[in-house]
Amino acid sequence: MSRVTQDHLSVNGTKFTIDDSWLGESLLYTLRERLGLYGSKNACEQGECGSCSIMLDETLVCACLVLTGSAIGRDIKTIESLAPEGSLSVIQQAFVDAGAIQCGFCTPGLLVTIEDFLDDNAEPTELEIREAISGNLCRCTGYGRIVEAVRIASKASTDTEGTADDGN
Amino acid sequence: MEVLIASSAEEICELLGQDNSRQLLAGGTDFMVEVNYRHRSPSSVIAIDRVPELRNWHHDGDSVVIGACVTYREIERGPLATLVPALAQAARTVGSPQIRNAGTIGGNIGTASPAGDMIPVLSALGAEVSLRSSEGKRAISLDDLIVGVKQTSLVQGEFIESVRVPVLESPQEFLKVGSRSAMVISVTSLALITYPKTQSVGIGLGAVNPRPTRAWQAEEFIKGFLNWESMQVDPSGLDRFKELVSEASRPIDDHRSIAAYRRHSIGVLAQRALTRIFSERSPSV
Repeated sequence: MSRVTQDHLSVNGTKFTIDDSWLGESLLYTLRERLGLYGSKNACEQGECGSCSIMLDETLVCACLVLTGSAIGRDIKTIESLAPEGSLSVIQQAFVDAGAIQCGFCTPGLLVTIEDFLDDNAEPTELEIREAISGNLCRCTGYGRIVEAVRIASKASTDTEGTADDGN
Repeated sequence: MEVLIASSAEEICELLGQDNSRQLLAGGTDFMVEVNYRHRSPSSVIAIDRVPELRNWHHDGDSVVIGACVTYREIERGPLATLVPALAQAARTVGSPQIRNAGTIGGNIGTASPAGDMIPVLSALGAEVSLRSSEGKRAISLDDLIVGVKQTSLVQGEFIESVRVPVLESPQEFLKVGSRSAMVISVTSLALITYPKTQSVGIGLGAVNPRPTRAWQAEEFIKGFLNWESMQVDPSGLDRFKELVSEASRPIDDHRSIAAYRRHSIGVLAQRALTRIFSERSPSV
């Protein structure tokens, strides 16, 4: 049994000392308002919109539905860890290429979700893509270009793998 | 807020034994909404989602025992989906991938919402819930555990450890009505389980009653119209069957739907589920 007192959160490989008074907050609040990680967006605070999607111990969840105190000792990865500063990941580049962005508010959550999804399913069908992003609301695009971006990213990743195999 | 991270079921008993007002936290998908909206701010929380006994499931002879902290995601695919297909179908309709990765079967039972998607399936399967406290363990049927809207017969200091359901290896269906295919709370839902040994069906109704509800009269009525060899149903029984299912419901008007639509749609779901399993043909030959 571990009584949580002064402790740490592990976010994107960095340990942050946290205050006792943060334990009863949502992890989303702690990430944004305490640690200054504004990439995860705050909208519905009830797990409906997916704007705050993060990876918790390699599992995709909504940060607004995680109690900060219960995230201690876990591996937290946010949108900020998707690509090194100044560069874009494959899926980020695909969003740019497909024009899958309008206001951009839903984009970080979608990117984290799609990154996780393509890890499991490298060549998804359209139906699988739509099911995978069903927990991420976008009120601008109508999803067409987002689905297109997932296809581009999926193709880019499998092409790269193909090239690597050919080289062997 | 004090947050205690339990590492075994025994520890949960101890922590609740010290102070039975402590709030249990599993997947957080219901609890955190209340925290975020300032509807609840307990002084002490026990996070139970790392307890190995609660996170596991095992196949035990004719049944499967599912730990309270097994997630919808784990139920919707893999071996559990083969063992209890209707539960997997129901799990897949819950929320979004994010919600299904976090939400747990024990949380769905303990929250005891009439719209909980596990509830009609567990009811139709005759599920037995295992409860534990520092006083010991007891088993109770799901139908007796949930006593009203968001009310259970859990006593102070007691928690849900696991749920046991039969492995039937026969057709089962779960159907749900909502305004979208994803990320939606049930307007109505229904589970239909076939029991070839007794040549009967079990029908659990969702979101139309304050408590878990079986459509007992409809189950009894339709027996005479089913042919278990050819897996056919005599269509002349379907209208009355539908009516009896609707009559077993006691729905309300709320922001998600109106009672009349719920009463109608629960009957439609029952017929649809039945005819997906039993093809419509006169059993004359």
